[in-house]
Amino acid sequence: MALLEVRDLRVAFNTPDGVLEAVRGLSFDVDRGSTLAIVGESGSGKSVATQTITGLTSGARVSGSARFDGTELIGASSEVLRTIRGARIGMIFQDPLSSLHPYYTVGWQIVEMIRAHDRSVSTAAARRRAADLLGVVGIPHARTRIDDYPHQFSGGMRQRVMIAMAMALDPVLLIADEPTTALDVTVQAQVLAVMRRLQEDFGTAIILITHDLGVVAEMSDEVVVMYAGSAMERAARRTLFYANHHPYSEGLLGSLPARGGARDRLTPILGVPPSLIGLPAGCPFAPRCPYAFARCWSETPPLRMVFDDPAHTSACWLTTVLGDRESLRAARVQRELDQPRASTPAPRVEVGP
Amino acid sequence: MARFLLRRLALGLLIMWLISLAVFALFFIAPNDVARTLAGRQATPETVALISARLGLDQPIWKQYLDFLGKALHGDLGYDYYHQVPVTEIMAQALPITLSLVVGGAIIWLVMGVFNGVVSAIRPRSVTDRSLTAFALFFYSMPTFFLGLLLLYFLYYQLTVAGYPIFPPGGYAPLSEGFGPWLQHMILPWFTLALVSAATYTRLTRASMLEVLGEDYVRTARAKGIRESRVITRHALRAALTPIVTQFGIDVGALVGGVVVTETVFSLPGLGKTSIDAINQQDLPVIIGIVLFASLAVVVANIVVDIFYAVLDPRVRLH
Ligand SMILES: Nc1ncnc2c1ncn2[C@@H]1O[C@H](COP(=O)(O)OP(=O)(O)OP(=O)(O)O)[C@@H](O)[C@H]1O
Ligand code: SF4
Ligand SMILES: [Mg+2]
Repeated sequence: MALLEVRDLRVAFNTPDGVLEAVRGLSFDVDRGSTLAIVGESGSGKSVATQTITGLTSGARVSGSARFDGTELIGASSEVLRTIRGARIGMIFQDPLSSLHPYYTVGWQIVEMIRAHDRSVSTAAARRRAADLLGVVGIPHARTRIDDYPHQFSGGMRQRVMIAMAMALDPVLLIADEPTTALDVTVQAQVLAVMRRLQEDFGTAIILITHDLGVVAEMSDEVVVMYAGSAMERAARRTLFYANHHPYSEGLLGSLPARGGARDRLTPILGVPPSLIGLPAGCPFAPRCPYAFARCWSETPPLRMVFDDPAHTSACWLTTVLGDRESLRAARVQRELDQPRASTPAPRVEVGP
Repeated sequence: MARFLLRRLALGLLIMWLISLAVFALFFIAPNDVARTLAGRQATPETVALISARLGLDQPIWKQYLDFLGKALHGDLGYDYYHQVPVTEIMAQALPITLSLVVGGAIIWLVMGVFNGVVSAIRPRSVTDRSLTAFALFFYSMPTFFLGLLLLYFLYYQLTVAGYPIFPPGGYAPLSEGFGPWLQHMILPWFTLALVSAATYTRLTRASMLEVLGEDYVRTARAKGIRESRVITRHALRAALTPIVTQFGIDVGALVGGVVVTETVFSLPGLGKTSIDAINQQDLPVIIGIVLFASLAVVVANIVVDIFYAVLDPRVRLH
């Protein structure tokens, strides 16, 4: 049994324009001690999905299931969720500048977290633990810096503080929502190194949300590619990079250099993601897909096994015979040449936050 | 922090000095017979002559000003020739009454305003939120004197007629005569002063809380597994308090008007009513004394608020 099993998760918000389906039937597993990367364009529902699992979304209609270590989280009482958050599931967020409370010292914020889950720990003991943690994540002079306020730290140091706080109670799962997006490249590498070291020391499982394929290549065991609120493809990291099936994954990985080390952003794909309000049936990627054929527009493809690999699933009607794609692409190009539309060509859109 | 404090104090002193200049210019070198004005309408020519000599009106103007300033600094605000007592004595009698009114009223409006604002912000657009907003707007748009009269009519007149004389029609009972009577006399004036201002604070707190509740650090607090009640108070309200404190600093100045009206409606012999009486009687020394004192109170209140602001926000304190 996996540590976290998410099945058919759906999250919808009522907006003035109609019901916005931010997450539409998302399923994935996270194994103990492993890292699952979730990638996808901005607005594909990565944050909403993970925050719903931990009970942090408010005012949404939620259905589906998320079993965490035997406990159902969807529909659990706020008290159950509260005791799990922080203690068993740690979380870090994108912007370390705004994620720490500006009015309290970092030590106070870590101590508060420790004592919120275990009143029997004395403040002095919690402070010692906080200082140790700050040392572990590589903050120099941790024993004195514990009494500093967040604004007295650099961005990278603040993210280390966030990591120290998230790891304070030795959680079994860490959800890192774009932990390095706001940091510059050298600092990114350091922060990732800290996360990896902690994962090795504590055996923590990680859900890593990112736009950065370099980070995916470096950190993940498995990858979920999200598009318009659902998973397009799920595969082991190597499979995804070198033998992906879904045209969306192919598009994302398009410009990745062969040696895989580059820190490229996801590749721009022609067109824009669909509106999540009143999404029509059919494959959500069809309007942007170079291979789209008749069936794609009428039937929504389910996630199913591809290339005879039980660990590899893709939500796409294409066969696994890759040679077929060329003829489909040619056919579509031909169709579009035959009936030129009055509409302007879709803009090239950079994927990213 | 020390430099910030010093700068603030220096600014306060400068403002007080400018006010003293303005008061002096208005009342002493105005183109009329100062001695006669000071003495009041009914004064005899002898009194006028005496005052003229005492004020040193034959001296050059700069010397007159220094004289005025020196005396004021020593707490000598001159004589109220109308009642034949030192101005400071009149003010010392009126001050506890005004303080009772202002402190009590401010506590009520802050507690009410902040509490209602927080409750509104926790469930925006809910029935509770809408009714609290309607309640706030109702009192917000009501003039102080009208609210005072309304309270008097319903809670004094109607209750008394119905046989429940809980509230007196006005006047003051000093604390030394017991807590009960003091409270009975103060409650209606407090609410008159507080309800109008509480509305502003409800709306301010609601807006400020809504903004802070959307901040990343509030999400972090929830992600840490902190109890929701603590997330609201220690994390969100703590940060939302800053604009409220700033507003409070501004309002202490604006309070002067409300105090004058409230004290008049409820015949409370505090500084506000004293100043109205003094104006009616052209009792210049008293007016000057109260103007100087009110200015000082506003300047001091603003310094205190600035210090509080710095205490609240470490980013201000540490730079
Ligand atoms: N509270 C909310 N009410 C209405 N819509 C929401 C709400 N929260 C998120 N959404 C919408 O849900 C969709 C998914 O948002 P989400 O933040 O999960 O995207 P994301 O994949 O994390 O993107 P990014 O990479 O930019 O962080 C977006 O279209 C967003 O506008
Ligand atoms: S189902 Fe059709 S439209 Fe969708 S990704 Fe596959 S080929 Fe493209
Ligand atoms: Mg996000």
